[in-house]
Parts: sequence; C-alpha cells; structure tokens
Amino acid sequence: MDLKTLTILFVGASFALYIGIAIWAKAKSTKDFYVAGGGVHPIANGMATAADWMSAASFISLAGIISFAGYDSSVYLMGWTGGYVLLALLLAPYLRKFGKFTVPEFIGDRYYSKVARIVAVVCLIIISFTYVAGQMRGVGIVFSRFLEVEIITGLMIGMGVVFFYAVLGGMKGITYTQVAQYCVLIFAYMVPAVFIAVQSTGNPIPQLAFGSELTGQGIHLLEKLDQTVMALGFTAFTEGSKSTIDVFFITLALMVGTAGLPHVIVRFFTVPKVSDARKSAGWALLFITILYTTAPALGSMARLNLLNTIQPGEIGAIDGNMNYSERPTWFKTWEKTGLLAFEDKNNDGRIQYYNEKNATFKATADSYGWKGNELKVDRDIMVLANPEIANLPNWVIALIAAGGIAAALSTAAGLLLVISSSISHDLVKGIMVPDISEKKELMIGRVAAAIAIMIAGYLGANPPGFVAQVVALAFGLAASSLFPAILLGIFYKKTNKMAAIAGMLSGIIFTMTYIIYFKFMHIELNNAEHWLFGVSPEGIGSIGMIINFVVAIVISNVTPPPPQEIQDLVESIRVPKSI
Amino acid sequence: MSSKENREAYWKANLKLMGILLAIWFFVSYVCGIIFVNELNTIHFAGFKLGFWIAQQGSMYVFLVLILIYAKKMNSLDKKFGLEE
Repeated sequence: MDLKTLTILFVGASFALYIGIAIWAKAKSTKDFYVAGGGVHPIANGMATAADWMSAASFISLAGIISFAGYDSSVYLMGWTGGYVLLALLLAPYLRKFGKFTVPEFIGDRYYSKVARIVAVVCLIIISFTYVAGQMRGVGIVFSRFLEVEIITGLMIGMGVVFFYAVLGGMKGITYTQVAQYCVLIFAYMVPAVFIAVQSTGNPIPQLAFGSELTGQGIHLLEKLDQTVMALGFTAFTEGSKSTIDVFFITLALMVGTAGLPHVIVRFFTVPKVSDARKSAGWALLFITILYTTAPALGSMARLNLLNTIQPGEIGAIDGNMNYSERPTWFKTWEKTGLLAFEDKNNDGRIQYYNEKNATFKATADSYGWKGNELKVDRDIMVLANPEIANLPNWVIALIAAGGIAAALSTAAGLLLVISSSISHDLVKGIMVPDISEKKELMIGRVAAAIAIMIAGYLGANPPGFVAQVVALAFGLAASSLFPAILLGIFYKKTNKMAAIAGMLSGIIFTMTYIIYFKFMHIELNNAEHWLFGVSPEGIGSIGMIINFVVAIVISNVTPPPPQEIQDLVESIRVPKSI
Repeated sequence: MSSKENREAYWKANLKLMGILLAIWFFVSYVCGIIFVNELNTIHFAGFKLGFWIAQQGSMYVFLVLILIYAKKMNSLDKKFGLEE
C-alpha cells in the first residue's frame, strides 16, 4: 500500500476509536463533565495525564530540540518531568482531598474571595489559550504533510473530532480518549526509535543504545556525535552553551510551571481517593518518562544520521559535503514542506552545512570559498522525517502521523475542558448565577467547550506570529501566579485573601512585563547583558514565583489571619480522612 | 484517633518525608545535573559522561523513584495515624 493510503487508514482508525469511546463515555452530570465522575483508576489517570501533558511539542519537537541543543535541552527534560515530583508531593493529594471541580474554585474557597477566583480564572484562560493555539497548529501541520490536504482542512477535521468527544463526553470522554491516545502516541514514538537504535548500535532499547558503540565503528554514539558536530564548528552535543544560572532558572520555571498548569492539576481531581492521587502522579511520570528518556537517544541518532547523509566524505573537509543533485528522495519531499531549505550561496552545487557563527570555523570555511551555511533544517524534521532518513517501511511513517495527531488532540482537549469548566463552573455558577440548575450548568459547559474549540481553531489557522514565544509565557505565568497561591493555601495557614491576591498579581505582572519587554518591545536587547541577574525571559517565571511568595508571606504577617473556618478547611485538606 | 495532636504529628511526619525527598530532588537535578555538571562530566561510565547522563536520563529515573517512595510511605503513614480514607 502507498504511504497516503496507509496514513489515511491509521489516522482514520484512530479517529473511529476516539469517537467510539466518546459515545460510550457520554457525560450525564456536571460531575461527569468536570471530573469524569471522580472514579478514574489511578493507572488510567496516569496514562490520561501523560497524553494530556505530552503535546504536539513533546511528540514532534522535543527530539529535534535535543538534537540541535544537546546538553542545553536538559532544561526541558528535567523541567518537564521534575514538575511531577512537586505535583505529587505538594499539590495533587491536597487538591484531591479538597474534592471540588476546578483550580479557581480552590483558590476562591481557600481565600474566601470572588476576586481571587476571578484572578485565577483570568490566569487560567491566558495560560490555556496560549497552549491550545500551538496544538491546533500541530494538528494542521501533520494533516497537511501526511495527508496532503490544506492546513485549514486538517484543522477542521481535527476540530470536528475534538468537538465530538469533548462536548459530548466532557472530562469523562476526554479521559478515556486520552488513555487510547497515549497508547497510540507511545507506540508511534517507540517503533521508529527502536528501529533506529538497532540500525545504529544493534541495541533495541533506545535508552541503552544512547550509550552504546556504533555498529562496526568501535566508537560510542555520543563520542562520534561530539566529534562530528565539532568538526562543523558546532558546540559539542554533550556540552552546553547557556550560562549555568540561566539553565538553573529555566529548569525551575518549567518545573514549577508544570506543577501549576491547570489542565494537569485537574486530572488529579478525577481519581477516587487521596492515595490514588499520589499513586497516579507516579504512573503519569512513568508513562511520560518512557517518551522523555527515548527522545535524547532518538535526537542524537537522528542528528548523526542527517549529518552522515549530507556529509558523505570527510566531515568538515572542503569536499566532504554532498552534491545537491545527488540528494536523496526524502530530502526532496521535505524541501517541498519548507522544513528543509537549501540556498547555494557560493554557486558550487554542493551543500555546505556548518556553524557560520563560530569565528574559528568561519576562517576555515572562508578559506574553502564557502559563503555561509547553505542548509536550513527545521528541528521538527528530526521526528517527522526520521523514518524516511533511516529508510524505514511506510507503515512506520504512517504511524508517526497518527501519533502526532493523538498527541496534539489529547492536549488540546484537556486544555479546552479547563477553559470551558472555568467559564461554566467558576464564572457562571460561582459568580454570576449561583442558583443555576445542574442541567443548565452542564449545557453552558458544553456551549463554552464548543466556543473554545472554535476560537482555538481560529488561532490555529491564523497563529499570532509569536506562538513559539508565548509558550514561555504560559509556563512563566503558571509558575508565578497559580503555583504559589495553591502551595501557600495548603502549607501556610496564615495566608489570607489580600496576601494571595497581591501575590498572584505581583508575580504575574512582573513576569508578563519582563517577557513582553524582551520578547516584543526590545527584541534587540534580549541577551544576557541586559537580563536581570542573567536570567532569560524563559526562566523569569522563577523570579516571578519568588516575588509572589515574598509578597504573600509579608502581607500575611502584617494583616489579620484568615477566619477560623478557613483555617479548619486547611486542617482538613492536610489529612486524607474526612474530619 | 483524629485528635488535633494526632493530626499534627501526622503532618510533621509528612513534612519531614517531603523535606528529605525534595532535598534529593534538588540535589540530583540542580546540583548534579546543572551546577556541577562539568565536574561530573570528567567521570565516564557505560559510554556516557556522568553529568550529561544525569541531566538527560538519570534525573528522570530518580524523580520517578521519589514519587513511588512518597506514595508508598504516605500510605503507611496514613495507616499508622489512622487517617486513611
């Protein structure tokens, strides 16, 4: 069968599965709609959380980021997994014990304040929409590349499927489709990784192949990769080029941001017991770690494969590179998508790929008559084109398409649900019409989900030029606003209404201002020289978080403590048993 | 069994356990994986530089183990203090 037929088959079959699950898991009450009835098994919730968490970015971009950034990409690997330790130890069990439906609801109740609840809703909506636009874009890209339809058509199909199971099934539908999506995406990720690991090193386990010797070459994969990239003037794969302080703060912002993301937190509201919430965080991290420990192996092998393909001769020598006319078929396919772009700057018909920013290597390159780097490689290609570069069968390529779509849809659905529940439950029921009937609230939840899907689709089709940049904003915002407010709410009984509101606002405003200043207003100043303490906008959420903590703690100590019933509430969420 | 003193003792035990686990969490990721990564990179094992391996693989395994230990130990604390659900 040809690739297109196979892809349609795989993607179609996975869609049929999701729709089948949606019909089976229709939400009958608001409890079903918001927290899947509160009866999800911890292992199922672990899988759903993993799919919820791992987005198109994890599936499509992570390995590519690693392959180009090497050690520097550790910020993502540690940042996006270490957050689960914080979640399991500091947040999930207590929020489960609190036992309500949304994150703003906890903040509103704990800080006995509608203002606090509204601030939390605003943070939640900004964070979640930022994220969801990227997911819809991912769906569009996968569709357009693998099924050769317009991005907009791909988007419409993706929206239609999400619409069906998110609107109909709410959290219940989303949970069980996410379980299925996890299975699809992890299978789709591991199959090519295993193939390539065997091809490169003979060891089928990518995590071990990562440290193995290359077949027949008597040299370790990482050593060879370091030599190869350095011969072209790049930083060694196993070394970093970011400053230690920046790596430290970015990792912290990503960890805390992960723990503060509402669509992740809310997954732990769906398990039956407090002990299940703890256990479930462990399962979630296990399912995530399978992909996250594979990604560096995949990224390193893919980069070496790519370099070896375009450098058939001696690496870094004048005639080591490939003649453009001899380029392989996959090269041509991906040139069409724009993810690979060649420009023959010195008109010699050969592909010069090197680090033109490295002064020492540039001197060598100049002496060869090279006029700059001629090949632009989009990082996403490392996963998307990897099976073709490694000559894997067509069904593996089709699998990647189904996996990429599963990753994007599962995250999008999770985000859309927290947006719609914050509207129907926090704004409408919590603040505007407290005595609304359950049936009406459920209806409003469905309408809000439908509208959110349409806005997300619009953002996916017309992405604001800064989608990539605002992802940093989403993590920074979560780290500097919601995380400290929730944490203090549980661990620092004295925190009162004013402290929480002032803390959230100062954290979020500081972080937003810093990011907007460097990312949108003064892009030319966005370098270590001008950063506060040498912390980049990606890591500034950590400082925002510290500001939030300091402001909240100081205010709590100079103003009266919260009322007795709130202190009792804190006492009660600290123990699993109801008292 | 769910007297105030009992609950306070449970909470203290919980905080102590959390403190130990978070100290390991910090040590592995920030101290070994970031601050002293270059020093650790001088040690080689199984085809890896140690610091690099911790940052890209080992830290994640440790995170996983930390959560499992916490879930297990908390279950026994819940029972010990008679505070399980």
